[in-house]
Amino acid sequence: MWDMLKKMNKNTKSNLITYGIVIVAFVVMQLLISTGSISSLLEGLMVPLCMYIILAVSLNLVVGILGELSLGHAGFMCVGAFSSAFFSKCMADVITIAPLRFFLALLVGIASAAVFGIIIGIPVLRLKGDYLAIVTLAFGEIIKNLVNVLFIGKDSNGFHFSTKDVMGLNMEPDGTVIVNGPQGITGTPKDSTFLIGVILILITLFIVINLTNSRDGRAIMAIRDNRIAAESVGINVTKYKLMAFTISAALAGAAGVLYSHNLSTLTANTNNFGYNMSINILVFVVLGGIGSIRGSMIAAVILTLLPELLRGLSDYRMLIYAIVLILMMLFNWAPKSIEWREKYLSFGKKKKEAAK
Amino acid sequence: MGALLDVKNLGISFGGLRAVNGFDISIEKEELYGLIGPNGAGKTTVFNLLTGVYKPDAGKVILDGQDITGKKTIDISKAGIARTFQNIRLFTKLSVLDNVKVGLHNKHHYSTIEGILRLPGYRRVEKEMNERAMELLKVFDLADHADYLASNLPYGQQRKLEIARALATEPKLLLLDEPAAGMNPNETGELMEMIQLVREKFHMTILLIEHDMKLVSGICEKLTVLNFGEVLAQGDTATVLNDPQVITAYLGE
Ligand SMILES: Nc1ncnc2c1ncn2[C@@H]1O[C@H](COP(=O)(O)OP(=O)(O)OP(=O)(O)O)[C@@H](O)[C@H]1O
Ligand SMILES: [Mg+2]
Repeated sequence: MWDMLKKMNKNTKSNLITYGIVIVAFVVMQLLISTGSISSLLEGLMVPLCMYIILAVSLNLVVGILGELSLGHAGFMCVGAFSSAFFSKCMADVITIAPLRFFLALLVGIASAAVFGIIIGIPVLRLKGDYLAIVTLAFGEIIKNLVNVLFIGKDSNGFHFSTKDVMGLNMEPDGTVIVNGPQGITGTPKDSTFLIGVILILITLFIVINLTNSRDGRAIMAIRDNRIAAESVGINVTKYKLMAFTISAALAGAAGVLYSHNLSTLTANTNNFGYNMSINILVFVVLGGIGSIRGSMIAAVILTLLPELLRGLSDYRMLIYAIVLILMMLFNWAPKSIEWREKYLSFGKKKKEAAK
Repeated sequence: MGALLDVKNLGISFGGLRAVNGFDISIEKEELYGLIGPNGAGKTTVFNLLTGVYKPDAGKVILDGQDITGKKTIDISKAGIARTFQNIRLFTKLSVLDNVKVGLHNKHHYSTIEGILRLPGYRRVEKEMNERAMELLKVFDLADHADYLASNLPYGQQRKLEIARALATEPKLLLLDEPAAGMNPNETGELMEMIQLVREKFHMTILLIEHDMKLVSGICEKLTVLNFGEVLAQGDTATVLNDPQVITAYLGE
């Protein structure tokens, strides 16, 4: 077993460590929860935490691996959340097996977010740098605002749509409102659990890590490093940009599904699906070290849990939060710290140098 | 006919500047051909026209009987032209090995799903790619550095890696833009030997841009001299170098 570990290359080992961290953290938290050692508040934070990790890892695919700045990630999450909640609400009575219903809702959420990823990606990925950031930001806001004027109801004649109000649906008296504009969707079955969240994290990690270490992932990183050179060896830049963007959007959709099935009322507002959220996710990615999957994960955990853990110190809460932000920034980006980490924290590298 | 590359009357303007005008060249299979000329003569622009970075506003480019005029860069790569860049353009945050594997991209296939799920197709093709990439790295004495980040290689080796990456696409024609720029005389000599070797080993046809006349005259059998975007002289190396017009263009700099 140990020999096998030794033989594996550095990359594989590092990836196994990443999966290991997630599983160990999950087991520890489960133990703490089952022995009643943590507050119910913290326990309630577990599903959102899983969601933030998925969002951070998936955004890293665009920001770190593809090297494009996207600020519309919350928009894709919004699409995943609403499409899946819509599905689950319609199917609440038809499919009574909760895991099956959730699984199908997950597929719906992922597929819808992926479709939006493609539709938005095609025009937007022609832009570069700041322009791309601004336009994705705008798209995220547009999606959020569209959801707020969307009314969908269902009666014996089928579905009715409106962008005005409930009266605009023109339903028979037996009709029920499913999506109620700014009031969103109420009564989505609460199917999300910590376990499902962790499974989704593992799947997200699996997809992003394996994609990155494959032929397609190399093409994506080649475009990031030098677009002109990538084209010169025959890499289809448009195709691979769109691939990274769409997979990232689809995974954000999965996070949205987790989110919407954890709440009894789903509404789209500035805090959950607005640019605030997109920027929050970007902060995880940047502080975790752009391109570092494990870093995104750890940053998401620290920055999500910190405000809650510090709740007792109400006055100093934001101060400590700010200090932690700065420390993480220094740890990841200061040249001295990078040197230190390369020396002491990277496995295998040292041996190779010693062999020289 | 029968030439591997046949270019007729190629031209492009940037605003008011006619950067390349009426450019003709004909390169036979396995020829090592030099393209020389003073600074700003339009040499790199010719490469950019041949590889689809710029669209020509006049002329025709035929590669091995196939008209590739005005095609996109990736289609020209698939048709069989590979190049290096005057200002090195490596995939800096990828390993040396991965740089070459990106070059192999269109020669070794497996699907995205196979890649993510690590299916047998992934394992088989990745193994092929690793072997092929290592073979190429060996040719350029880079095999020991396969795990290095490309940006951590010394300058001279970065230039070699660019050539290895270009060869990975299995081109019919290899375009080298000042491969010896910034090298010391020692490295330059070694590089020239390597270029000869590549040509013999891979039966490669090479068009080489070079500043240094001495260097070019050493290894190229034919030359085209470019001056202010136009062909000044063309033909066997010895004849071209003795052309009085060429001598004045160079000495008159
Ligand atoms: N994209 C561009 N836009 C405008 N002008 C350009 C462009 N590319 C090249 N030029 C101009 O075309 C002319 C030829 O440039 P080119 O780079 O081909 O010269 P070169 O022969 O490669 O020179 P050097 O030996 O310095 O590399 C120059 O005057 C240059 O400024
Ligand atoms: Mg040039």
